[in-house]
Amino acid sequence: MKRRDFLKSVSGLAAGAALPAVPQVISSAYADARSETLLIVSEGGPNNLDIHGVGTNVPGYEVSWNCYDRLISHEMKSGPGGVPYYDRDKFKGELAEDFKIDDMSVTFKLRKNAKFHDGTPVTAKDVKWSLDRAVSVGGFPTFQMSAGSLTKPEQFVVIDDYTVRVDFLKKDRLTIPDLAVIVPCIVNSELVKKNASEKDPWGLEFTKQQTAGSGAYKVTKWTAGTEVIMERNEDWVCGPLPKIKRVIWRMVPQAGNRRALLERGDADISYELPNKDFQEMKANGKLNVVSLPFSNGIQYIGMNVTKPPFDNPKVRQAVAYALPYQKIMDAVMFGLANPMFGAAKDKPTEVAWPQPHKYNTDIEKAKALMAEAGLAGGFETTISFDLNFAGVNEPLCVLVQESLAQIGIKTTINKVPGANWRTELNKKEMPLFTNVFSGWLDYPEYFFYWCYHGNNSVFNTMSYKSAEMDRLIDGARTAAATGDTATYDADVKGFVDLAYTDIPRIPLYQPFVNVAMQKNISGYQYWFHRRLDYRAMAKG
Amino acid sequence: MLTMIGKRLMFAIPSLVGVVIVTFLLTRALPGDPAAYFAGPAATKEAVEQIRKKLGLDKPLIEQFFRYTNDLAHGDFGNSLTTGQPVAAEIRNRLPASAELTLLGLIVSIVIAIPLGVLAATRPGSWIDHLCRITTTAGVSLPVFFTGLVLVYVFYFRLGWSPAPLGRLDVFYSAPPTVTGFYLIDTLIARDFEAFRSALSQLILPATTLAIFSLAPIARMTRASMLAVLASEFVRTARASGLSPSTVIVTYAFRNAMLPVITTLSMVFSFLLGANVLVEKVFAWPGIGSYAVEALISSDFAPVQGFVLTMAVMYVLLNLVIDILYGVIDPRVRLEG
Repeated sequence: MKRRDFLKSVSGLAAGAALPAVPQVISSAYADARSETLLIVSEGGPNNLDIHGVGTNVPGYEVSWNCYDRLISHEMKSGPGGVPYYDRDKFKGELAEDFKIDDMSVTFKLRKNAKFHDGTPVTAKDVKWSLDRAVSVGGFPTFQMSAGSLTKPEQFVVIDDYTVRVDFLKKDRLTIPDLAVIVPCIVNSELVKKNASEKDPWGLEFTKQQTAGSGAYKVTKWTAGTEVIMERNEDWVCGPLPKIKRVIWRMVPQAGNRRALLERGDADISYELPNKDFQEMKANGKLNVVSLPFSNGIQYIGMNVTKPPFDNPKVRQAVAYALPYQKIMDAVMFGLANPMFGAAKDKPTEVAWPQPHKYNTDIEKAKALMAEAGLAGGFETTISFDLNFAGVNEPLCVLVQESLAQIGIKTTINKVPGANWRTELNKKEMPLFTNVFSGWLDYPEYFFYWCYHGNNSVFNTMSYKSAEMDRLIDGARTAAATGDTATYDADVKGFVDLAYTDIPRIPLYQPFVNVAMQKNISGYQYWFHRRLDYRAMAKG
Repeated sequence: MLTMIGKRLMFAIPSLVGVVIVTFLLTRALPGDPAAYFAGPAATKEAVEQIRKKLGLDKPLIEQFFRYTNDLAHGDFGNSLTTGQPVAAEIRNRLPASAELTLLGLIVSIVIAIPLGVLAATRPGSWIDHLCRITTTAGVSLPVFFTGLVLVYVFYFRLGWSPAPLGRLDVFYSAPPTVTGFYLIDTLIARDFEAFRSALSQLILPATTLAIFSLAPIARMTRASMLAVLASEFVRTARASGLSPSTVIVTYAFRNAMLPVITTLSMVFSFLLGANVLVEKVFAWPGIGSYAVEALISSDFAPVQGFVLTMAVMYVLLNLVIDILYGVIDPRVRLEG
């Protein structure tokens, strides 16, 4: 290094130390990189890049969605507020250029020019291997596949190199939608098999660390808990080439800092901020804030119906009349939710879910019901919530506690650490609790099957059992599969009505997915998984 | 000297064994069920059991313990379930980030606190003494995350002087090739001055936050111990013999006042490692503290055990260094040791 250069760099260094943020002297490559790069900040990051892995978390789903392709995907439609919204009922080919649904099977014709990131062509054997993997690895992926009656490797048949048939075990309306969720992604079978071992026949250890798909993006660097860097796959053929070249996704644990980064214009997109922040950002208009309701999702107060006093429907109704619905909407959600209460008395039940119930805050009525149940003196109980979502759950429970005290129910608040929440739910011993459930597949019978059916899945957190309810849910499922609309409508209305008279769980509101982004970012799409799809986004 | 180090290390072994046993038992006593956590929200009972088996959590505790110690002996700290990475590798990557930040914070704090304490002690009751009192009181009473957030708000959000609090480097720079793991050193080795500047500017705010927090005990201890020494007879003798005030203060008084300061330094250093957790959260710093906390929240045993063990080893080494420093500063300690 020459003396003059040395002096220059030293003085530059000194200037930099004094005013470090002035970005003027930085190379021009920096500015170019910025305009083609999307910088996302969020609280948590993926723990696994493969959705088939053991315990892959929700941020991991986002990586899978963008780096792998599926056979089919959903068309877009215009949703609330003109935001593109996935169309539940319309499918398009992704890796499949064409597909034909028959009575008991569906046949996919694959695109002949699709290639995995390493250049090997995508063929029918990869599809078969990937679907076999999804139904065989166990845990969440296998469970999700079974929700669409996809459970056996024999169901996936290779016809020729570019044709695959999926056989139905039984008629199920959810089979086709279930092939468009994140789980049935197509994996590079040769590459993964090469890196599999006897202990790990499906190569989960390999795909945990790197993406082996054909999707529009590939992960080029992943530092767990810190950042994920994804680059565009220039050879992607399953759709128009995405406009964003590079995605940098940084984990910023502090919500206040995420907001500061957005407002200073340093970050492009963020979600997972407190509702209050979203509401303020919406009001000051510097950023675009998109708020859309969770499809098929509800936050509710649940009651364990197997144990007194909540085994008495009168007590449950009393609670339903005592909850401070509007206060929760205003003070906890800051209006960023759809109310699920207080429908007009004469409003007919619709064939839709979620829909509001007819309870309203009416302390007198609640007191009367408590007296009818022989509990005018009230009782003591605990209300539990998941600390992972304390931002919403804690104020919510405090408001509920305050309200219930007015009808003589003394509650102690029980904060359950996130790691423990599912264990507690599984035990089904909490008397009173709040929770959210939302289903990827947006069908009323799907929601009710998991939350109200007597087979008592983990989401039937109330341990609710009713022969009539089971009959209606099963009836709706069968009617949906056979296309019997009249029975379907009657059954759906039937189970909604029953759920609201028996009221084992009290819906509060349908939460919103909130995403804040710079004004120059376009192309946000709402998906059932509620994560970002980078493929449609653009900057500038 | 070598025998002393050897002896010291020998003494450390039982404590390390104790740490291994206690962390193992404590993490098992945590309320969460990792199998249920990692089976995901939609898991059935069978799925949870499948995961439990995969994680080896269905085995009796004693068998798990032996497997764990056996792995440890082979240098295998196990795998983190939340980040999906081997714990040893994660700690190796994250420790330098925390160490760089803590050391820089400590250096800044020493550079300010020791002169401040010395000056305050030599001029008790003067404005500098009051300044010392005010800074130290402010320093201890402000929680680190608060100082951190205020600094971010003022210097990043309001004034825009500081870069975005996004970790160790600006998003668009790539990390230098790892030599020491300290970005300030590695960027210089790689002669990447832009990256050096970026790393330094990212460090300023978090290091200042830590420095403000650690200023108080160091300055107060320096002041108190200087006051005591300055009142002692050998200082009076030195002054009476006509030595210049600077020789008296620096050579005679300060050296004798150092011992308690060094002890405080080691305590402050361990404080800082704890305070780091919060600072790391505020500045999205990819350090070891935030890693351990996240692991704890999700009942992820392996990283918690790895973290505690690493910390225990660091404390042992730190104490050793302090003991050696004592000997260097004060020959009497050396003779007795």
